[in-house]
Amino acid sequence: MTTRPVLMDGDQVRRTIARIAHEILERHAEPSAFALVGVHRRGVPLAERLAANMREYSGSAPVIGHLDIALYRDDVGTGVPVLGETHLPFDVSQRPVILVDDVLYTGRTTRAAIDALFDFGRPPQVQLAVLIDRGHRELPFRPDYVGKNLPTAYGERVYVRLAEIDGVDEVVLSERLPKEGA
Amino acid sequence: MTRSLITLDDASRDDIERYLALTDRFAEVMQRDIKKVPTLRGRVVINAFFEASTRTATSFELAGKRLSADVINVKGSGSSVEKGETLKDTILTLNAYQPDVIVIRHKASGACAAAARFTDAAVVNAGDGTHAHPTQSLLDLYTLRRRGVGLDGLNVAYVGDVMHSRVARSGAVAFRTMGANVRFIAPPTLLPPGLAEGLGGEVSHDIRDIADADVVYVLRMQHERMGAGGFVPSLREYSREYGVGHERLRPGQLVMHPGPMNRGVEISDALADDPEVLVSAQVESGMLVRMAVLYDLIAGPVERARTVPVEEVAA
Repeated sequence: MTTRPVLMDGDQVRRTIARIAHEILERHAEPSAFALVGVHRRGVPLAERLAANMREYSGSAPVIGHLDIALYRDDVGTGVPVLGETHLPFDVSQRPVILVDDVLYTGRTTRAAIDALFDFGRPPQVQLAVLIDRGHRELPFRPDYVGKNLPTAYGERVYVRLAEIDGVDEVVLSERLPKEGA
Repeated sequence: MTRSLITLDDASRDDIERYLALTDRFAEVMQRDIKKVPTLRGRVVINAFFEASTRTATSFELAGKRLSADVINVKGSGSSVEKGETLKDTILTLNAYQPDVIVIRHKASGACAAAARFTDAAVVNAGDGTHAHPTQSLLDLYTLRRRGVGLDGLNVAYVGDVMHSRVARSGAVAFRTMGANVRFIAPPTLLPPGLAEGLGGEVSHDIRDIADADVVYVLRMQHERMGAGGFVPSLREYSREYGVGHERLRPGQLVMHPGPMNRGVEISDALADDPEVLVSAQVESGMLVRMAVLYDLIAGPVERARTVPVEEVAA
């Protein structure tokens, strides 16, 4: 039996994204001077929403890119061969980049994202914005903007669902069960 | 479980679509300043080409290198194959180096399936005799897809030496899987009875029947497989009857050729030089498709297009 506690509902998700947008603006006064790069897959709509919020608050929005990290994984050969799109419509060497991801966990995705990014140029600064930081880092990364810190157990999984992909905004916790949800 | 790519004959439309989508991703990688990704670092790809090749060998090598694999090329000439080593022993030897993938081209049909029995590596068929050439089929489909040509309902005419052509054999099946219609146009001596029908294509011996084709796929005259000959009275006569040049085409018809071209035989000199002919695009697609195949075989999970367990290949 699995219970799926809802950790954040739709309103909380939207308010949290709005807060992160404000925090980024506190440190980067001019949105048009930096880039938001969403890590495939759910980082992409998150980046788009952050940008929309910033346009609302400041009148301008940062350029948005997408990054797929499949080719940079450190566990190639364990499945997940589906490649998403990488699209960085700006000169990576010319502006600070804020990576956007849904969940920060071991840090391995972030490592891969930074490696991927550096194949496109040498950004003057890279920051990391995540909706959920669930701990259990295996690499020395610290996010610059965090929606919510969620201490979790190893056996648990955090699912971020976003309307653009999943039809609903929510964050749920579930136990990692074999076959579960298959 | 070792997976291999021996043929696309039992690949579904979805399987092929997945390869084409994957290939598209690598097309994006090739537009970057740094056209190399670290994906297959530490992996070993051996290209074992027991038969001549420029395009396929070069593109498999470059594909592996773009993915950061270590690529080793073994050729029939200059290797122990010249000393009489059997395919089995050569593969067993290569297997001892623990490669992740062995890409094989061989003059004997079925050689790749046989080789797969002697190695733990994934085997990719880069052309075995007159049997199959799956990555060629994928690159042909991808070349058209990339130009925005719809495959469903497309009329494809293969012209020329169908009998010796693994390109036509593999390609016809793949085109049919994708919903295209296939016609074979060849002299009777180069189109054995039953072959075309078995592949689900129409047959014609009249070159004028290319008129309603959207894609005219010109096949190479394979002298090296013709032995004593007798298939055509002379290359001049063949060229007169079945050679493809501008005068036989109508505007808008796409022309493909697997290379290498015999200019003045199956394709006119002027047509071979026409930038509208898709030959260069096919070569470019070749590397992208081969990146996708290497990536899929090494990084992919279980059930995949024509990725059979070794036991099944042996059967």
